[in-house]
Amino acid sequence: MASPGKASVSDSHVGKKKKPPARYWQEETDGEKKGAEDGGRAAEEEPRTQKPKQEEHQREGKRFISGKSDPFPGPAPIPEDRLQKFKRKEKTKKHRRQHYKLRDIITRSEEASEMAQKQAARFDILLPEDAGFLEGDEEEDTYTISQEDIADAVDITSGAKYFNLKLSQFGPYRVDYSKTGRHLLLGGRRGHVACVDWQSKQLMCEINVMESINDVKWLHSETMYAVAQKKWLHIYDSNGIELHCIRKFNDVLRMQFLPYHFLLATASASSFLKYLDVSVGKEVTAICTKTGRLDVMCQNPHNAIIHLGHPNGTVTLWSPNQKEALVKMLCHQGGVRSVTVDKSGTYMVTSGMDKKLKVYDIRALKPLQSYFLPAGASCLSLSQRGLLSATTGDVVQVYKDVCNTPVTKPYMAHRVRGTAWGLSFCPFEDVLGVGHGDGFTSMLVPGAGEPNFDGLDANPYRSAKQRQEWEVKALLEKIQPELISLDPCELGQVDQATFQQRHQDRVQALVSVWKNLIVLLDT
Amino acid sequence: MKVKVLSRNPDDYVRETKLDIQRVPRNYDPTLHPFEVNREYTRALNATKLERVFAKPFLASLDGHKDGVNCMAKHAKSLSKLLSGSCDGELKVWDLTKHECVRTLQAHEGFVRGIVVRFCGTSFFTAGDDKTIKQWKMESPGYGEEEEPLNTILGKTVFTGLDHHQKDGVFATCGQQVDIWDEQRSSPIRSFTWGVDSFSAVRFNPVEVRHHVSTTLRHTHTHTHTHTHTHTHTLYSFSMFTLAYKVFIVSLPDAFKMDCLIFLCLTSLYTYDMRFLDRPITVHMDHVSAVLDVDYSPTGKEFVSASFDKTIRIFPKDGGRSREVYHTKRMQHVICVKWSADNKFILSGSDEMNIRLWKANAAEKLGVLTPREKVAVNYSQKLKEKFQHHPQIRRIAHHRHLPKSIFHQTKELRVMKEARRRKERNVRKHSRPGAVPVVSEKEKHVVTVVK
Repeated sequence: MASPGKASVSDSHVGKKKKPPARYWQEETDGEKKGAEDGGRAAEEEPRTQKPKQEEHQREGKRFISGKSDPFPGPAPIPEDRLQKFKRKEKTKKHRRQHYKLRDIITRSEEASEMAQKQAARFDILLPEDAGFLEGDEEEDTYTISQEDIADAVDITSGAKYFNLKLSQFGPYRVDYSKTGRHLLLGGRRGHVACVDWQSKQLMCEINVMESINDVKWLHSETMYAVAQKKWLHIYDSNGIELHCIRKFNDVLRMQFLPYHFLLATASASSFLKYLDVSVGKEVTAICTKTGRLDVMCQNPHNAIIHLGHPNGTVTLWSPNQKEALVKMLCHQGGVRSVTVDKSGTYMVTSGMDKKLKVYDIRALKPLQSYFLPAGASCLSLSQRGLLSATTGDVVQVYKDVCNTPVTKPYMAHRVRGTAWGLSFCPFEDVLGVGHGDGFTSMLVPGAGEPNFDGLDANPYRSAKQRQEWEVKALLEKIQPELISLDPCELGQVDQATFQQRHQDRVQALVSVWKNLIVLLDT
Repeated sequence: MKVKVLSRNPDDYVRETKLDIQRVPRNYDPTLHPFEVNREYTRALNATKLERVFAKPFLASLDGHKDGVNCMAKHAKSLSKLLSGSCDGELKVWDLTKHECVRTLQAHEGFVRGIVVRFCGTSFFTAGDDKTIKQWKMESPGYGEEEEPLNTILGKTVFTGLDHHQKDGVFATCGQQVDIWDEQRSSPIRSFTWGVDSFSAVRFNPVEVRHHVSTTLRHTHTHTHTHTHTHTHTLYSFSMFTLAYKVFIVSLPDAFKMDCLIFLCLTSLYTYDMRFLDRPITVHMDHVSAVLDVDYSPTGKEFVSASFDKTIRIFPKDGGRSREVYHTKRMQHVICVKWSADNKFILSGSDEMNIRLWKANAAEKLGVLTPREKVAVNYSQKLKEKFQHHPQIRRIAHHRHLPKSIFHQTKELRVMKEARRRKERNVRKHSRPGAVPVVSEKEKHVVTVVK
């Protein structure tokens, strides 16, 4: 951590005329020195004073026996973009009139923060995996490459990740991957629910709930999942045992799970948005949105805000703390068919009945891009690395980097056997899961998944013990729903509003005192 | 075409044998860890609550004295020895590790007013109400030997305080006057008096080895130069009556060369800089009754005060309010208090004949901690510090249970203070601007400065 050359060198003895012990190879220099001494003393003084300075400069780098100096002194430089990745906030401006203690505290904490930033940026080089990629030959467009070709070209384990499950009996399938990406949940419209460890193709449980299913979602781990059935919301164990039947949540059409708050947000056909705390088992809020049937739903992973799409073309943003929408945006001229938000909470991609695909900056609430699709996209999904997948009928298309640069052609395309009904990227793998009328297809999308996961957060290779420990820690740091707002860093900021209010009150009090004084003086 | 699909080798991510620890690859990318501030806030809240859960400071009670404990002395060289003198002249030496009394001797007939262990640790001095100063050996007497003091000095008047120099063989007593004694002589080498007041305590300055300070009963303190015998510095008076107050000198880190004194006056303590004695640096107000004793921690960052209102409070050196209050139903008026030299324990002697051993950090786990425990403790500490100003966390961290009498008394004092302040504000509002000057809390307690 400390740079090697920064140690202070006391050169108290440098100026003195102490001669080093004579070496057999140093006879010439001794002779030179003696010759110089016979000359003037004054001329000698200058080079002597300059010599210690040179030596000091040389000593700034590492000192080697051969006398050479380190050509790259100091710590290794860190590239700016990597440093920028870990930057949290700009430095606070310090006023002159601030108390010295406060200034000191701020300086120290900023130094510590900078050091942490640099350490994290240096650690980046040690990450083991690299992201996937797909590059076509010259004149070859990547979307013409078929899945079978890719599966043949890669190694056998990756090739096994492309598979089809033929389940034509029980209707189009909804898909959900667990947070670690290890487990897959399939829910068919006619009541078939299956949870699979899809990499080892091991079936965990398979049941038929004998009712129509609107949506399925994993809860915080692979031990429990929620199924939105025709009438009520049911929660099942990973062995297929029904744990709960929650009758308060009726006519649920779509669900989203907020992992760090342990909240299951449900959108119902009766235009109710309800939040269920799955750790305690209580309904947190029930919001009557008054916007009609809630069919389109997604969450913003950065700030846990729920986005709902409506048939009048608006997208509304909801938090459990307000009964009205936080933001209402008019996105499309027809109804909104699908919404998705990227993991950093910057971009929102929506598709509508007007056959348009639009990209918005969700923090500044500004439209960025607008694309025309010949047939509108019915499902949308954004991967961890920013790849967008859109389905129209039974064609699945994947676009690369939709948000920043205008895109002209897809990255990949694939035709599945039935109309696509559910779409989800697998978290830490280069895999896209499509649930359709004929079952389930898992397709390879190189470059979709985040290559390096964090073992303490979502570890696909965790053991049962590690999962239990993680669950306890996650429950302990469960965030209260009161803290959900558009800006997740609000807690770290100074409450300027209250301060201003109090300041204004004080000023008003003083002004009234002054006015009384003036009145007194006048009379 | 060129294609690469993410494929991880499980051998790199799963442990080889059951005997290894699990592999945990890390990625510190902030996008993989959303809600940083909120999660840290929740952890800080949990840490604060757990601190309150584990805050059990009382460790042991040393029982054995037959009368109230009047004074205590820390052993100069050993952390596990404590000497205590009681109001019937009895002196006990305790072993703190076994919570047992190792030695008892009848030192004086009357109160034991001061005990101090010599810097070498082989002998100690006691001063009592029978006008004598006695020097005793630290070792217990052997088989068949009688308890005899090494040296006895008879004085003319009652001694009320005693302190020994940190390096030389010189000690000081106070009573009617402040005397400086040499160990070999039986009469003081120097005496100081100011006016007709009698003195209640004297202390040597551990850094400025030629200074000592003493206090008198009627709210003055003096700061003198002992060896050069020239000038008395300044005498100060305070506006409030006191029961008695003592002065304790502690040196802050040598970089400053500044000495801090703490004075006790009625219910508050005042920290002074010895160079600028005209106004206190800080006023520490939290006790509801007279403060009887004070001791600094060896780090100098905090001090503990014992008061007549049956509580001990720990204050930060620059804070006006206490960070911790210890009380028990069985502990009555606390007469003396000491902070152990390893910064971990506080000893309090009260007038119901018990000395109590407390933890300085109420929620601290004693003993050897494993490295993971240390890391966890450090992390929780840092989290609590980071979020200490948030209202919910501050409310939990500051909450202490107080005995009903003290709780009501604090409320009453607050109401009285608020009434006085409101009255002063009204007077200022209705009089000529500038007629009623604003006096800060620190200046309020100083009446005059007398040279």
